Amino acid sequence: MPTVRLSFSPAAAHVRTARLVGVAVARRAGVATELFDEIRLAIGEACSRAVALHREHNIPDLVEVALVDGDRFTVRVTDRAPIDAGLGPVLPDPPDPVALLDDPTVQLPVGDPSGEEAVAVGMRLALLIGIVDDLSVRPVEAGPGTEVLMSWPTKHGRNGGAAMRMSGQR
Amino acid sequence: MELSLSTRTVAGHKVLEVGGEIDVYTAPQLREHLIALVEGGDRQVVVDLGRVEFLDSTGLGVLVGALKRLRGVDGELSLVCAQERLLKIFRITGLDRVFTLYGTVEAATAGGEGASGAPAATAG
Repeated sequence: MPTVRLSFSPAAAHVRTARLVGVAVARRAGVATELFDEIRLAIGEACSRAVALHREHNIPDLVEVALVDGDRFTVRVTDRAPIDAGLGPVLPDPPDPVALLDDPTVQLPVGDPSGEEAVAVGMRLALLIGIVDDLSVRPVEAGPGTEVLMSWPTKHGRNGGAAMRMSGQR
Repeated sequence: MELSLSTRTVAGHKVLEVGGEIDVYTAPQLREHLIALVEGGDRQVVVDLGRVEFLDSTGLGVLVGALKRLRGVDGELSLVCAQERLLKIFRITGLDRVFTLYGTVEAATAGGEGASGAPAATAG
């Protein structure tokens, strides 16, 4: 059962909030301190991915984050983008960064960050795969959208707590 | 903490000291700053990540973009990074093979035009 739910409009400014809340809940769930950097980065990457998908497809819906304090600390980040768009950039292997750097098709005209965003998408995938042992990306059960599921072990196995709900919208 | 940016000149290199969090929200500021340096004529640029507390894929994309821009005008971008948690990010993404990573600003600027000082160890 989710311990904390966080919903935010698809704006980059809110990704930091999700990171902060995620680590706070992980701390309370009894996750080892040395995993906090990975959790902070993983939640940030998963939320950045969702924000990018929503903005790319002009979807104003909220991005949803569920932080589950159970036998493992589980994070689920849900977007509402078309499933093909959501799974497309995630399923391929991460790009070779050296090849990406030398790829002349990745043009970087001054003031146009699109090439950099393409690099970032590849790096995002590499980071998520590299730092999260238990990672899956799958379509949501109903309607459009995908969810990124990640989990980490807790010291105590489980840690009870009252349900708390948060929502943010600007 | 959000992003802090300050520049100074060391041994013919423009050193951009970055502090705070480089993420999807703050990375555009870093991008604009780096573009301004290149447009202003700087060709040997060192980005000092010593005070960076968080770095994500968007920040990595901006750094790769700056490297490509500088190499396109016969320049070079070097990074100063001694924090293991950041070095790990460069290793995981394979970008430690793309960037030259130095442990100190002195090492990054020691080689003059070529910045050929001893790179920081990236193992471990």
